[in-house]
Amino acid sequence: MLDALTVATSVAALALAAWCGFAAYRDQQTKDWHFIGMAVVTLLALLQLVIGVVQLARGGKPEQGTTIFVAYLLGAFACVPAAGFMSLAERTRWGSVTVSAGGVVLAVLEVRLFDIWGG
Amino acid sequence: MTATDNAAGEGAPRTRQKLITGPGILLVWLYGVMVVGAVSRSVVQIATDFDRAPLAYTLSALAGVVYGFITYSLVRGGNTARRAALVCCAAELVGVLTVGTWTLLEPSAFPDATVWSDYGMGYLFIPVLLPVTGMLWLRRARPA
Repeated sequence: MLDALTVATSVAALALAAWCGFAAYRDQQTKDWHFIGMAVVTLLALLQLVIGVVQLARGGKPEQGTTIFVAYLLGAFACVPAAGFMSLAERTRWGSVTVSAGGVVLAVLEVRLFDIWGG
Repeated sequence: MTATDNAAGEGAPRTRQKLITGPGILLVWLYGVMVVGAVSRSVVQIATDFDRAPLAYTLSALAGVVYGFITYSLVRGGNTARRAALVCCAAELVGVLTVGTWTLLEPSAFPDATVWSDYGMGYLFIPVLLPVTGMLWLRRARPA
């Protein structure tokens, strides 16, 4: 379950990165649809955070330690919203680039999460 | 009225020059990510097993502090902050090049990786690319 979510979140994050990257390429700022996309990705990360904590509560042991696991879950959850708020402050193509970079960062975090959990 | 007149006048103190417009916002975002990455990493490592690789963990913490200062300077804006950030970016570049070379020449000194090991390879080389783009941006943002 957790592994499936990790894969789904990274794919969604990369899709968001490509989408916002395309917006930046066309010299466009982030629009409502982009924010809906960010919400979807954030929701996936939140679901992952909840499931991850539930797994821990049920006695699951991450291979590389509980602290690091929780830290990465929180980081993954906060990543895209943070980039989203920054794109609200910068209503140019560079806001879109920032969200795109946020998607890439989240994908990297997901790869690390996969390793930390020991999938 | 006087205040507004002054603000419009030549050479009068104006609002601080913004450093986070345009490409600057991307720079702040990446520096912010590196702050969280480097600081949280070194806090966990120093708190849990500092004795394993004291040098590596201390260097990671140092990197985190430098990233934090640059992020703060960028957000604060103004010419003084711009110059301070420029110096820190240069220091960061020297740091990442030194530590990167050091880890390649003498791996035994580093039982565990730092943020700057192998020129920041574990962080997609962002640590070595960031100071260069940072300095380019800060030089371009110089007031006319």
